[in-house]
Amino acid sequence: MLALTRWKIILVLGSAIFGLLFTLPNLVPEGVLPSWAPHQRLNLGLDLQGGSYLLLEVDTKALTKERLTNLTEDVRTKLKSAQIDFTELGVQGAVVSVRITDPGQVRAAYGLLNNSLGERLLTGGRDVTVRTGADQHIQTAFVSTASDAAAADAVSRSIEIVRKRIDAMGTKEPSITRQGVDRIVVEAPGESDPEKLRAVIGKTAKLTFQMVDSDVAPQDMAAGRIPPEDQLLASDDGFAPAYVVKRRSVVTGEMLTNASGSTDENNQPAVAFSFNGQGTRRFAEVTTQNIGKPFAIVLDGRVISAPRINSAITGGNGIITGRFTVESAHDLALLLKSGALPAPLNVEEQRTVGAELGADAVRAGAISLAIGAAAIFAFIILAYGLFGIFAAVALVINVSMIVAAMSLTQATLTLPGIAGLILTMAVAVDANVLIYERMRDEANAGRSAMAAADTGYRRALTSIIDANVTTMISALIMFQFGAGPVKGFAWTLSIGVLTSVFTAVLVTQVLIGLWFRIARPKALPIA
Amino acid sequence: MSRFWPLIRLVPRQTHFDFVSLAPYAAVLSALAIVGASLSFVVQGMNFGVDFVGGTVMEVSTPGPAPLGPIRADLARLEAHDAQVQIFGNPNSARVQFRSVQGKDANAGAVFVASQLTSQFPGLKVSGQSTVGAKVSGELVWKGVFALGTALLLMLLYIWFRFQLQFGLGAILALFHDIALTIGLLCVTQIEVSMTSIAALLTVIGYSMNEKVISFDRLRENLRKFKRTPLREVINLSENERLSRTIITGTTALLALSGALFMGGPALFPLVFTMAFGIFIGTYSSIYVALPVILLWGVRRDDEEARPIGPQPARP
Repeated sequence: MLALTRWKIILVLGSAIFGLLFTLPNLVPEGVLPSWAPHQRLNLGLDLQGGSYLLLEVDTKALTKERLTNLTEDVRTKLKSAQIDFTELGVQGAVVSVRITDPGQVRAAYGLLNNSLGERLLTGGRDVTVRTGADQHIQTAFVSTASDAAAADAVSRSIEIVRKRIDAMGTKEPSITRQGVDRIVVEAPGESDPEKLRAVIGKTAKLTFQMVDSDVAPQDMAAGRIPPEDQLLASDDGFAPAYVVKRRSVVTGEMLTNASGSTDENNQPAVAFSFNGQGTRRFAEVTTQNIGKPFAIVLDGRVISAPRINSAITGGNGIITGRFTVESAHDLALLLKSGALPAPLNVEEQRTVGAELGADAVRAGAISLAIGAAAIFAFIILAYGLFGIFAAVALVINVSMIVAAMSLTQATLTLPGIAGLILTMAVAVDANVLIYERMRDEANAGRSAMAAADTGYRRALTSIIDANVTTMISALIMFQFGAGPVKGFAWTLSIGVLTSVFTAVLVTQVLIGLWFRIARPKALPIA
Repeated sequence: MSRFWPLIRLVPRQTHFDFVSLAPYAAVLSALAIVGASLSFVVQGMNFGVDFVGGTVMEVSTPGPAPLGPIRADLARLEAHDAQVQIFGNPNSARVQFRSVQGKDANAGAVFVASQLTSQFPGLKVSGQSTVGAKVSGELVWKGVFALGTALLLMLLYIWFRFQLQFGLGAILALFHDIALTIGLLCVTQIEVSMTSIAALLTVIGYSMNEKVISFDRLRENLRKFKRTPLREVINLSENERLSRTIITGTTALLALSGALFMGGPALFPLVFTMAFGIFIGTYSSIYVALPVILLWGVRRDDEEARPIGPQPARP
């Protein structure tokens, strides 16, 4: 095994050069290396460079509830416009149920709802089923596949919108990924103010313009006696605590094409917006018909302002006034521009590491690594002399290959990962210990130096591979199990296992082979 | 001794320790340790961190020494449940942990406490924060248990595949021993159990298994070499042969971790401490749990079928 074949030398030299070349960017300041040299540095985890991690869950229950509410309103509007009287309209579980007052109209109502509710599916049919029940009842519900598709679609759309919002914040290299069915992981390196992130992600930013129902008397409103087609919304405008508004919205946030921070005629902060064609038409129509009446601008179920329509607005532009600061107007514009979330996002897990804490961790990690390496070097050289130096050289190449591989693949190095790196060094040295102890045994058994060295490598190899497979198994399981730091640990450990078998076996072999060729020893230096 | 270098020798070239004769005492020792670990597990329990029970943990730094008492009092005023306040690394930093705040969900509670603390204690800064909701923490518990279970199963299968079944069972019993004692250590020291602890446990399993494989390899080799020698003597011989390696590797590993143990800071300490314990216990259990089990059970000798299915070790 000690024969110095050309491929062995090339492989060892090649890997040493690879390790050095791709480790280099981590050792010198940025901008020093020539442009052809690799420049990727280690990708530090959030625990080392500071940043925020958020695990969000799309609230699909709220989505279902909203879809059912919309379905209820659809049933109400359709029946009303066909002048069919009804009672007991409401949601029961996952079903919208209604009782038709006149038994003679049940058939007509069924036909109407069956043909017009919901949306046409690609597979044919509609996404809403309509059934007639006992006692003149009609029940409508969403097809389950359509509900699943709506939920899946909501998650995908949420990811897009979260991405837009975070990009607009100017956070560097955020990572936004889907996890499981209805979860989103947001990782924002360098963003150590979780509140800022949550303020941007946490708001649904559902904007609607709804007419205020001025016909409801204040005492009815206070007693909660409001018509079924109206709803009572709390207000933040500073003029009234709440407004009674029509459920049906005139225009919605989806019809906005642009929004920006601006000021109103009194130089107060406001949000300027423009509508798309459909929004422009609808808004022009409504404002023309309702001059002198107030409408409410509603954000996430709260009225932000309720201006009076002074003249028809046909240009498709406008401003939202309210009690804004320059910053909150800017933030709202940003939210409106990136669109409303289809469903609320719940924060299930949040982790933040400040930049200082991260820097402390880097320092602690570096010191640990340096002490660990120095201790290993000292001990292995004391124990095996010249061969110990060979093992130390192999270890340096090993560590540089790990760093190079991690820089190249941009795998994340975390604080536990540094512990993984230290352990990897110990396990790598173990391979050399196994080899050298074998050599000693063989030399003691009376073999010549060359034969003992050769047999040492041969015999130790199976043990080394067997032992490293077990480490690899536990690393792979960790990779499956863990998030963030633990994954970083597992990744470092796995790369380390691969490189350490290579360097401990092959690099030392070439070094010892060279030494045999040059020194022509009669005995092993470790015997 | 060498002509090249004054090599240190931790063990003489040839040793003749009777490892096996100590096995009954070791068995008693292990049994007592496991009983102790179980007692501690029942009485003290594990100190689960927010990863597994949900809640918030934040690291705060203050201009002077952290006022632990007043912070505790403030948390009580805010109705934070299961609140703990400890020094974190240096006297100017503290670690504030609580399960929930009366009447608030996990996130709102965390935001509330952070803003209250920063306004109550001038100069206090929240340098890091983790909040884990109940749903996620519940899942993490199962994921952790599942990961440990899978690890044990795969190790058993691997050893079974490479050696005889008896070896695999010895190894698995030894692994259970190691896990029980490591968990006992976590209970006794009340080190916080987090997601990283699962990684530490998996590392302990990996290292311990590593030891067993090295030990079994040598045993298997000697079983073939000395077909007529009693198993007990072959075990003693094998362990004496690899004693030097065992000590050198164990020392190297512990030395390597020493830097992280003492200088790695409070974030790294629990992980590294558990790993260091694992190196110790993994080495011990290879000699005094796995091998005695094999000795008691017996192995198939002069049975060529018992040879591994995988690649054969190269013969000279």
